[in-house]
Amino acid sequence: MAADPKGYWRANLRLMAVLLVVWFFVSYGLGILLVEPLNQFMLGGFPLGFWFAQQGSIYAFVVLIAIYAFAMDRLDRRYGVAENPQDGPGSPRSEP
Amino acid sequence: MDVQGWTYLFVGLTFSLYVGIAVWSRVRSTEGFYVAGRGVPALANGMATGADWMSAASFISMAGLVSFMGYTGTIYLMGWTGGYVLLALLLAPYLRKYGKFTTSEFLGDRYHSQLARFVGALCTIFISFTYIAGQMRGVGVVFSRFLEVDVNTGVLWGMGIVLVYATLGGMRGITYTQVAQYCVLIVAYLIPAAAISWKITGNPIPQLGFGGTVSEGANAGRFLLETLDALHRDLGLPEYTGAWVPGKKSMVDVFAITGALMVGTAGLPHVLVRFYTVPSARAARWSALWALIFISLLYTTAPAISAFARVNLIEDLNGVAYEDVPEWFTSWETTGLIGFEDKDGDGRIRYSGDPETNELRVDRDIMVLANPEIARLPAWIVALVAAGGLAAALSTAAGLLLVISSAISHDIGKSWLWPTMSEAKELRLARSTAGVAVIIAGLFGIYPPGFVAQVVAFAFGLAASSFFPALVLGIFTTSTTKWGAIAGMLSGIGFTGTYIIWFKYIDPTAGPEAWWWGISPEGIGSVGMLLNFAVALTVSRFTEPPPESVRALVEEIRLPRRAR
Repeated sequence: MAADPKGYWRANLRLMAVLLVVWFFVSYGLGILLVEPLNQFMLGGFPLGFWFAQQGSIYAFVVLIAIYAFAMDRLDRRYGVAENPQDGPGSPRSEP
Repeated sequence: MDVQGWTYLFVGLTFSLYVGIAVWSRVRSTEGFYVAGRGVPALANGMATGADWMSAASFISMAGLVSFMGYTGTIYLMGWTGGYVLLALLLAPYLRKYGKFTTSEFLGDRYHSQLARFVGALCTIFISFTYIAGQMRGVGVVFSRFLEVDVNTGVLWGMGIVLVYATLGGMRGITYTQVAQYCVLIVAYLIPAAAISWKITGNPIPQLGFGGTVSEGANAGRFLLETLDALHRDLGLPEYTGAWVPGKKSMVDVFAITGALMVGTAGLPHVLVRFYTVPSARAARWSALWALIFISLLYTTAPAISAFARVNLIEDLNGVAYEDVPEWFTSWETTGLIGFEDKDGDGRIRYSGDPETNELRVDRDIMVLANPEIARLPAWIVALVAAGGLAAALSTAAGLLLVISSAISHDIGKSWLWPTMSEAKELRLARSTAGVAVIIAGLFGIYPPGFVAQVVAFAFGLAASSFFPALVLGIFTTSTTKWGAIAGMLSGIGFTGTYIIWFKYIDPTAGPEAWWWGISPEGIGSVGMLLNFAVALTVSRFTEPPPESVRALVEEIRLPRRAR
C-alpha cells in the first residue's frame, strides 16, 4: 500500500490541471480564439495564428504528453507507488 | 514497370506480410484475443495505436479536405490530435490499471450496473460499424483506381485479408499487423510529401516547405501561403489562411467541432482498448506519447500536402484547354471523381468560387491519391501510396472489428446471455462474431449506404457525449452514482442524436441561422458532452451514493501499483 495515496493523487491533479490549461490555451486560445490578431504576425512564411492552428498546437500536444509521462514517473517514485521492475514495458505478462 | 505493375507488387508484398504476421501471432486464450495478453511494449503499442487511429479518412481524405477548407481544416488537424492529451491525462493509465477487457466492462463495474454496461456495448457496436463502412469504401476506391479491378472485387480482397488475421490472431495478430501497417502507411505518406515539397519549395521537409518560398515559376521567391492566398483571391475564393471570412465556418462552430472531435477521439472504444494491451499504467502513459508522436508525423505533414496540392491543382488546371489537360486528369476522370463541365463553351477549364461559372468538380478524396501523379512523381511512388491507403484502411477496420467482436461476445454474450460459458466457447464465439462483422462491413463497402459521410458526425458526437463524461466522472469522482451516470449518458446521447438526426435527415437544408448557438451537427457533441456532465452531477446529488466497493475500486485504479 502506498504511504500517502492522497498526497499522490493531489500532486497528480495539480500537474494535470496545469497541463490542461496549457492544452486549452495553445489549441483553442492561440489556434482559434486569437487566430486573427495573431495572423498579423509572420513566422517565416506562416501567418502566426494559422501556424498555431495547423502546426504549433500539434507539436505542443506532443510536448504536453511528454512532460506528463516524465513527471508522473517521478511522482510514482517519490510516493513509492511505482510498479515493480518486472511490471515495466517489455515484460510479457504483468497481471496474475 | 508501370504503375499497375508496381501496385500489384507492393500490395502483394504487404498483404503477404500481414498474413505472415497473423499466422505467427495466432492466439488460444480470450486474454490473447481481446487484449493481446497485455504484453505489448509501449513503443509497439504506440505504432499500433497510430495505425488503428489513422484511417482511410486520415490517409486518403484529410489532406484533401483541408486543401479545400484552408484554415478551417484546423478542425480535423487539432481535433484528431488534441484528444490524445485528454486520453493520456484522463483515461489511458486508469483504464489500464483497472485491467479486464472492454470499456463497457469498466462502466459496468464502476457503476455496478449491467444496464450501464449494456448501453456502453450498444454504443460501441454502433460507433464501430459507422466507422467501418468508411474504411471499406476506402479499400474499394484504392483498388478500383490503381488495380483497375471492380470496386466489389477490391472490397472482397480486403475482407479476405482482414478475416484471416483478425479471426486467427485476435488482438495479438491485429496489434503486430498494425505495427507493420503503420510503417507502410507513414513511408507511403512521407515520401511523396517530401518529393512534392522539394519540387515546389526546394525544401524536402514538408513542415518547413509549407512556410517556405516557391522555388520556380511565375511566383518564384514568394511565400507559398502568400501565393496561395493570392491565387484564391484571383479566383474569387476566400483566402486560404483566412479564418473568419465569408464562406468559411464561424468561430463558434470551429470551436465546437474541434471540441467534439477531440473529446470524441478520447472516447472511441477502438482507441481506448489499445491501452488495455500494454503491461502497466506507466506503459499506458508512455504509449500515449509514442502514439501521438507517430500520429503527428502524418498530421503535421497533411496540411503541407494540402497547400502544395492546392497550388498544383489551380496552376495545372485553371485556364487550361480541355484537350491539353495533364494525363492524371484523364485517368481520374474515368473514376468520376473529377469532372469538367464547359459552361461557357470556350473549351477551357475555368475554376471559380462562384458556383454559376465554376466548371471544375473535384472530389476531395483524390487529392492525396492523385497528388504524386499531379506532381509527376515516378510510378513506384504512386503505387506506394496505394499500398499505404490500403494499410490505413485495413488497420483501422481490423481494430474496429475486434471491439465489435468483444462487445458482442464479452459484454453481451458472456456477461449477460450465457454467464456460464467456458473460455474455449467464448473464444469461438469471439472469432465467429469477428467473422460475421467482417462480412457485414464488406456489405457496407459493396452497397455503401448513402448516409455514410454524415454518420461519421454521429460516431464522434456519440463517443463525446456518452463515453467520455461517464469514464472521466467514474475515475475522478467517487460520488457519481449509477443513476447519475446512466441519466447523463442517456441525455447526452439523446440530445446529440436528436440534433444530428434533425439537422441531417429531417431538415437538412436548414443552415447556420437555424442551428442552436450557430453550432453545426458535427460540433453538437461538445454540447452533448457538457449536458452529460451536468445531468450526471445533478442526478448524483439526489440518488443513493455508490457502495463502499466502488470507492475501493476507484481508489485502486488511481494508483499505478496494485494496492493490497
